[in-house]
Amino acid sequence: MHIIVVGLSHKTAPVEIREKLAVPESRLREALSRLCAYPGVREGLLLSTCNRVEVYAVVDDLESGYGRVQEFLADTHLSLSSEHLTPHLYWHAGDRAIGHLFRVASSLDSMIIGESQILGQIKDAFEVALTHKASGLLLNKVVKKAISVAKRVRTETKIAETAVSVSYAAVELAKKIFSNLNEKTVLLIGAGEMAKLAARHLIANGVRQVRITTRNFQHGLELAQRFNGTAVPFDDYKAELAGADIVLVSTGASHYLVGADDVQRAMRQRMSRPMFLIDISVPRNIDPAVRPIDDAFLFDIDDLHMRVEQNREDRLREAAKAEQMVIEEVAILGQWLQSLEVTPTIVALRARTEDIKRREVDKIMARLGHLSMEDRAAVESMASAIINKVVHGTMVTLKAEATSAGGAAYVDAARRFFNLEEMPAGFSTGPTERPGAQEGGGASNGAGRLTDTSLIPQSTKDQGRRVS
Amino acid sequence: MSSVFFMLTMALYFASTVCYLAYLLRRAETLSKVSLGITAIGFGTHTVALVARMADTGQTQLPTFHEALSFLSWMLILVFLVVEFRRQLHVLGSFIVPLALVSLVTAAAFRSDEASSLQPVFKTLWVHVTLSMLGTVGFAIAFVAGVMYLIQDGLLKSKRFNVLYAKLPALDYLDHLNQQSIVMGFPLLTLGIISGAFSAEIVRGTYVNWNPEQTWAMVTWGFYFAVLVGRLTIGWRAKRAAYLTIIGFAGVILTLIGVVLKSHGSVS
Repeated sequence: MHIIVVGLSHKTAPVEIREKLAVPESRLREALSRLCAYPGVREGLLLSTCNRVEVYAVVDDLESGYGRVQEFLADTHLSLSSEHLTPHLYWHAGDRAIGHLFRVASSLDSMIIGESQILGQIKDAFEVALTHKASGLLLNKVVKKAISVAKRVRTETKIAETAVSVSYAAVELAKKIFSNLNEKTVLLIGAGEMAKLAARHLIANGVRQVRITTRNFQHGLELAQRFNGTAVPFDDYKAELAGADIVLVSTGASHYLVGADDVQRAMRQRMSRPMFLIDISVPRNIDPAVRPIDDAFLFDIDDLHMRVEQNREDRLREAAKAEQMVIEEVAILGQWLQSLEVTPTIVALRARTEDIKRREVDKIMARLGHLSMEDRAAVESMASAIINKVVHGTMVTLKAEATSAGGAAYVDAARRFFNLEEMPAGFSTGPTERPGAQEGGGASNGAGRLTDTSLIPQSTKDQGRRVS
Repeated sequence: MSSVFFMLTMALYFASTVCYLAYLLRRAETLSKVSLGITAIGFGTHTVALVARMADTGQTQLPTFHEALSFLSWMLILVFLVVEFRRQLHVLGSFIVPLALVSLVTAAAFRSDEASSLQPVFKTLWVHVTLSMLGTVGFAIAFVAGVMYLIQDGLLKSKRFNVLYAKLPALDYLDHLNQQSIVMGFPLLTLGIISGAFSAEIVRGTYVNWNPEQTWAMVTWGFYFAVLVGRLTIGWRAKRAAYLTIIGFAGVILTLIGVVLKSHGSVS
């Protein structure tokens, strides 16, 4: 059995393709049952967001599994065909599929690295797969691990700590001026989209007093209701300045609405209590001459953009740490998958030796018909004892090495020594790639050797280096 | 024994100062944990050094400049550890620990084991020194908060969002810390000065004789009084308060220099 992922994302496909492939929530259930109805598909999970559509599946055979899932994807939309889709798809199996899911869940593959939505989307997709019993032993384990890896990345790196939107950058700056936003008052002058968004972020971060003024008073009243704030007449906005700790300006005015004099006056009334002014308007609505005034902190749209850009760089730095964690976690999960592989081998070994013993005992008994019941029992138990003693060491070693780095090699050796090849194959953790697949062009294994690779994970050496 | 622990403490505070200064420039958060660990151990050895010194000499001897500064250093670290424990404000260590180190190194320069004996006054003198030093701790913290405030203010104004910006806390927290420190330090200094006047009366027969120590102490007291009143009534807060407390701390330093002059000059 193999874990595979086939899908496309913002990195490989334009929105025109993604939107066609996206599966709305209402049709998720139907899509999942269609996926699991394909022969050879054991488990399935469908992740469909605006930036990616991915199918995670557990399949019996790698090559046909890839084909089935691709067929499934092409069938989701009438105007799509396999030929259309193929150039945008990526295929991964084994460790690489698991690593891919870990990276997606940890938001390392997101358009905005570190955004938190994707984790919720994975949880939802998993929920749906669970309720429809599409996800089983393997996917359950892998997806749960992906969720915990994402949480680890979130707490152990600063990947999600900084603001990556202009509106949120305003909140971040506010927190460097005011340690507690609870008792602060926000004055919203004008109601541009970005200012509304910033106001919403501020409220989410504790601000309770919101005063809103717009040229159209009616509009101001509506907004005030939405933000649970107070609307004030536009003519009074200068008088409101002194009472505001945070001033958010975004109007369509082509001149400065707030001048240095206004702020100076407000600061005197405020007795030097700091004031945070954010000008999100273009052209600017706050006179830049406000900047040098003590205890007044003015930031315009460019400043906020700069902040976001710096944060993005920080996130990339943190992402490098997170990638390392993903590699570690894939190795850990790989051990668990390996142990799954050991169990069927032990069972097969037992069955095989039992089979040999049975046949040999039957053969000899046919010739030794004169033996008493006791003697027969003695012969049989001798046969059992010999067999058991011969395989004892192998059994013990297999169990002991089940989760070690070299475990797969022992499994392979046991299978070859005892000629277990025809027994059902264990579970593959190897990075088997579809030949000629987009992201795995170099690692083609050839379809004919798939059974081999399912027994010897190619990552064994890598794991050996990490897990000593 | 106390001198061994004293030297050990100095070495530890030095190591922790180096770590904390490196922490200012580095992104690595682990550095703050290492620094905190070293500081905490240093605080332990410092406590032992102080207690041992008290046991050796305290009962019979006058508090010297050495003891006063060592105690100041110990209190600074104590305050830092309390704030760090409650607020996880690692960066505070980068400012307070170096100050504590300077205080301790200065103390080392004035260490002497000769016993002077002025039996009748040593009790009031102990009270005077302890209270004055506690007041000084308050002003030192206010000074540190002021420096941090001005740095953060400058970074925000010039829009330099660097590592230091990320580590320094919000402006209003620093302002609050500044205010709290002065509110606590000022009454302690006031009591310290009063007890100092009493001990002067016992030793010399006059409450005030305007030697450099007393002069600077009175100037400093008056200055902080004005800062406190200005703050509570006419809004001398934020940047102005930060500047004023830094100037005020210079007065504290001059007072301490006055103490040294006194003990080495004619008045002793």
